[in-house]
Amino acid sequence: MKMELIQPFINAADAVLSQGLQGTTKVGNLSMEEAAYRRKGVAGMVALTGDIEGRILLDLEPQTAVRVASHYAGAQLPESDGLIKETIFELANQVVGNAICALNDQGFHFRVHPPALVTSDEADKSSEDVEALMICFETPMGNVFMNVALRYNQRRMSDHAAAGR
Amino acid sequence: MEQFAAVKRSKDGQPVRYLIVDDSVFARKNLARMIESFGGQLAAEAGDGLTAISEFERTHPDIVLMDITMPQMEGIEAAEKIVQAHPDARVVMVSSVGYQENIVAALQRGARHFVQKPVKPEVLYEVIKYVLGEDGAVAAGAGA
Repeated sequence: MKMELIQPFINAADAVLSQGLQGTTKVGNLSMEEAAYRRKGVAGMVALTGDIEGRILLDLEPQTAVRVASHYAGAQLPESDGLIKETIFELANQVVGNAICALNDQGFHFRVHPPALVTSDEADKSSEDVEALMICFETPMGNVFMNVALRYNQRRMSDHAAAGR
Repeated sequence: MEQFAAVKRSKDGQPVRYLIVDDSVFARKNLARMIESFGGQLAAEAGDGLTAISEFERTHPDIVLMDITMPQMEGIEAAEKIVQAHPDARVVMVSSVGYQENIVAALQRGARHFVQKPVKPEVLYEVIKYVLGEDGAVAAGAGA
């Protein structure tokens, strides 16, 4: 997976989390995921189709998710509150939306699908042609994990090349 | 949340009424808190474009804050249908997918402005004042 694909998502997550959580966010560990992804807590996934395909997963440990959602809500939320899941979905949406703006400026076109809750303990496994990169963002409210698995859609890219785009 | 000088309707001094359209409950609550800090009033909420059209017909809000990516009917199409039926409707698109194609499409189909998510309250406040123009008035004596 090329860094030019990943970097816009790192920049977007950094910006969205720094602004929303009103504190400094630091990019911590980066690692390639070869085995199946193991969910840490509350995880929202956004799928992309188009010139680049794949998915972005935002995953927060349960207590971190409660702290983050409570911060946005302006009140302490119980762990069972549905707004916690909604908050993670919207954050994932904002990260993906901001990242694809940067990629769109480079000529890539996408469709963003509505966020989905990851309920199984293991998300889809990265395959030979879709590697997954895990990035940990250290925020004042705990670690936020972003798992990115993207690849170029070769057919679409060939079509663009043939059309001289 | 920061409090802003209240923006009222200049014709009657009443709070500006908003229709908030977003499939995310979180986003709707967040926007509702912002418009409250602007002295506005929530007229209705909708979670998709189709409901937005019916809620607009029911409540006739002063401003619609409309997301783009939604189930059933997306925001740009809903904005177009609302503006076709009500040319004076003020629709502001609020989306994280703020690339040029989307912005141009929204403006061509009747939206008055575009605000990128995550929404900064001070940005939305300025956009609201701009979109209201002479139909909005900042409450006298209040500090921003």
